[in-house]
Amino acid sequence: MKKKRVLSIVLAAAMITGMAAGCGSDGGGNSGKDAKGKVYYLNFKPEADEYWQELAETYTEETGVPVTVLTAASGEYEKTLKSEMAKTDAPTLFQVNGPVGLASWKDYCYDLSGSDIAGVLTDDSFALMDGDKMAGIAYVIENYGIIYNKALLEKAGYSADDITDFDSFKKVVEDITARKDELGFSAFTSAGMDGSSDWRFKTHLANLPIYYEYKDEGIDNTDAIKGTYLDNYRQIWDLYINNATCEPTEISTKTADDATADFVTEEAVFYQNGTWEYNNIADIGDENLGILPIYIGVDGEENQGVCTGTENYWCVNSKASEDDIQATLDFMNWCVTSDEGVEAMCRDMGFVIPFSSNLESENTLVNEANKYMEEGKTPVTWVFSTMPSEEWKNGVGSALTAYAADQTDANWDKVVSAFVDGWAAEAAAAK
Amino acid sequence: MEKTIRRYMPIFVLPTFCAFILGFIIPFIMGIWLSFCEFTTVTDAKFVGLSNYVEAIKDTVFRHSFWYTVLFAAVSLIVINVAAFALAMALTQKMKGTNIFRTIFFMPNLIGGIVLGYIWQLIFNGILEKYNTALGLNEWYGFWGLIILVSWQQIGYMMIIYIAGLQSIPGDVMEAAQIDGASGIQRLFRVTIPMMMPSITICMFLSITNGFKLFDQNLSLTAGEPAKMSEMMALNIFNTFYGRTGWEGVGQAKAVIFFVIVVGIGLIQLRATRSKEVQQ
Repeated sequence: MKKKRVLSIVLAAAMITGMAAGCGSDGGGNSGKDAKGKVYYLNFKPEADEYWQELAETYTEETGVPVTVLTAASGEYEKTLKSEMAKTDAPTLFQVNGPVGLASWKDYCYDLSGSDIAGVLTDDSFALMDGDKMAGIAYVIENYGIIYNKALLEKAGYSADDITDFDSFKKVVEDITARKDELGFSAFTSAGMDGSSDWRFKTHLANLPIYYEYKDEGIDNTDAIKGTYLDNYRQIWDLYINNATCEPTEISTKTADDATADFVTEEAVFYQNGTWEYNNIADIGDENLGILPIYIGVDGEENQGVCTGTENYWCVNSKASEDDIQATLDFMNWCVTSDEGVEAMCRDMGFVIPFSSNLESENTLVNEANKYMEEGKTPVTWVFSTMPSEEWKNGVGSALTAYAADQTDANWDKVVSAFVDGWAAEAAAAK
Repeated sequence: MEKTIRRYMPIFVLPTFCAFILGFIIPFIMGIWLSFCEFTTVTDAKFVGLSNYVEAIKDTVFRHSFWYTVLFAAVSLIVINVAAFALAMALTQKMKGTNIFRTIFFMPNLIGGIVLGYIWQLIFNGILEKYNTALGLNEWYGFWGLIILVSWQQIGYMMIIYIAGLQSIPGDVMEAAQIDGASGIQRLFRVTIPMMMPSITICMFLSITNGFKLFDQNLSLTAGEPAKMSEMMALNIFNTFYGRTGWEGVGQAKAVIFFVIVVGIGLIQLRATRSKEVQQ
C-alpha cells in the first residue's frame, strides 16, 4: 500500500513538473532579456535560410547577442507572422512586401528614420514610408525576367539579339516548338500553377499589364484597374502554356521544382523567374545563363528592361522591448556594414543590397540583368505590391489555370473578370 | 476504495482539467470574443460589434461552401456507414483471415490527412491526365475525389466500431429468430440493426461531424480549386482569416457560425438515432 502511495506521488510530481516546465520555458525566455536584448528574425526567403542561420551564429559568437532566425515556408509568411506576433517572444525583425502588406502591420512598425541603417541606404526610394514614418527598409533589390539557356538557344539557331520585342520572341518560341522533336527540347519550362509556382504568373507576370496601365495613367496605385493591357497578358500566357514541356491541361499539377528541373536538365530554353533562382540553376554553367525582359507586345518595348524592384522590406517590431529594438537595429546595421554581413548577403545569398557597402555580384543573373540598365533600357518597376490582396491573386491564378485547360474566349473573360472586377471588389473589401 | 478514489481525485483530474482549460475553454472563449473584433494578432483586438457577422453572411463563397459541405457530409455519411457495416458483417462470419482483413482495412486511418491528400492527388491526377484534365479543373472531380479519400480513410475505423457492436449481440436472440423462421433479411432489419443502434449512433455522429470539419484532406487534395468551388467550410474559414488584410475577424465570425451549425446538426442526429435504440 505504501509503495502504491509513493508511486502515485511520484507520478503526480512527474505530471506537475511537466506542466511547470511547459510554463517555465516562457519565463526563461523572458529572463533572457538581459541588458543586451535579443533578435528574432522572421525570414521571408526560404532559399536564403541556410545563410541566415550561419550569419546569426556568427553574430552571436562575435557579440553575444542571441539571434534566432525562423523562416516561413513559401507562401506561408503572413500566416506565420500573424501567429508569431501574438506570442510573448514575438519577432523583433519581420518583413512586409510593400504598401499592401504594410497596411496590416503599420501599428507594429518602429520608425526607422534616423537609424544607422537608414543612413547607409543608397537611395531614399528604398525606404517604405507610412506618412512621415519610415516603416520599412528594403534590404535586397531583385530582378526577374525570362531566364534562358544560351547554349540551347544557339543550338536552335538563335541568339538573344534576335529577341527584341514580343513578335520576334514569339517567332523564336514557335519555331522551337515546331522543331521540338528534332531539337530535343521545348521552348518553355512548365508553367506550373501549383502553389509553389503559381506566383510566377498570378503575381510576377501580372505585374506587366499593371505596370503599363499605371504608366499610361500616371499613377502608382489604384482602387479600380481597367485592364487596358490584358490582351497582352493573354498573348504572353498563351505563349507560355502552349510551348512548354507539358500539356496546358497539366499545369495545375506542376510545381516550382518541376520547372526548375525542366530547365536544369536542359529540356527547355526559357524559364520565367528571377535572380534569386540563381543557386538552383547554376548547374548549367554561368556562361550559359542569360535573362531576357518579358515582352508582352506593347509599343516601344524594345527599350524595356527586366523587372527590377523589391518586395522585401525589413520592419522592426515597435512592440518589442527597448533593448530588443536596439539589439535588432544593431544587428541590421551589422548585416549591411560589416564584412561578414555584406559577404553573406552579397555572396552567399547573391543579393544586390541597396546600401553603400554593396559588393559587385557573383550572381550571373544579376550581372546579366544589370546589362540592360547599362544599355539605358527602362527597368519595369515592381507594382505587384499594390495588388489588393492574396484573394485577388488566387482568383486570377484559378482563372488562368481554368483558361489554360480550355483556351476559349469565354474562359479568358473569366480571367478578365477576376482581374478587373476582382480588383475592385478586393480593394473595397480591404479595411 | 471509494474513499481512496475521492481522496486522490485532484491528482487524477487536475492535470487533464488544466489542459482542457488551457487548450479548449480559454481559446474557445477568446475565439468568440475575437469574432466581434477587428485584429491583426489575436492578443491585440478592437471591438467592432456585429459587423464581422454581417460580412460573413453576405459572403456568397461562404454560402456556396456551406451547401457543398452539406452535400459532402451527406454523401460521405451514407457511403462510409453502408460500406463499414457491410464489411463488419462480412468480417464477423466464420472464415479464415478475418483478423488480417480487419487490420488492413483499418490501416489507412493511421495515415495523416495532409499526406493522404497529396498521395491521392497524385493518383487522381495520374488517371485524369489520360483524359487530358486534372483534379483542379472541375469541382465535382474534387468532390468525388474527397469522397473516395475519406471513405478509404474512415471505413476501416467505423468497421471496427460496428464489429464490436455485432459481437455484443447475444447469440440467443439470433438463435430464437432463426428458430422462429425469420429470413436473413428479416433478421438483419428486425434483429441486428435495432440491436446495433448504439454503434450506429456513434458511427453516424463521427462521420457526419468529420464530414463537416474536413480540412486537411480538402487543403491538400484540391485547395479549393477551381476558383474556390471545391472549398469546404473549414478551408473557407482558414482562407478568410489569412486571405485579406483586416478580415481576420470575419474568419473568426464564420468559425463561430460553423461551430453552431455543427453542434446543431450533431445534436439533432444524436437525438434522432438515440430514440431508435432498444434495450437489450
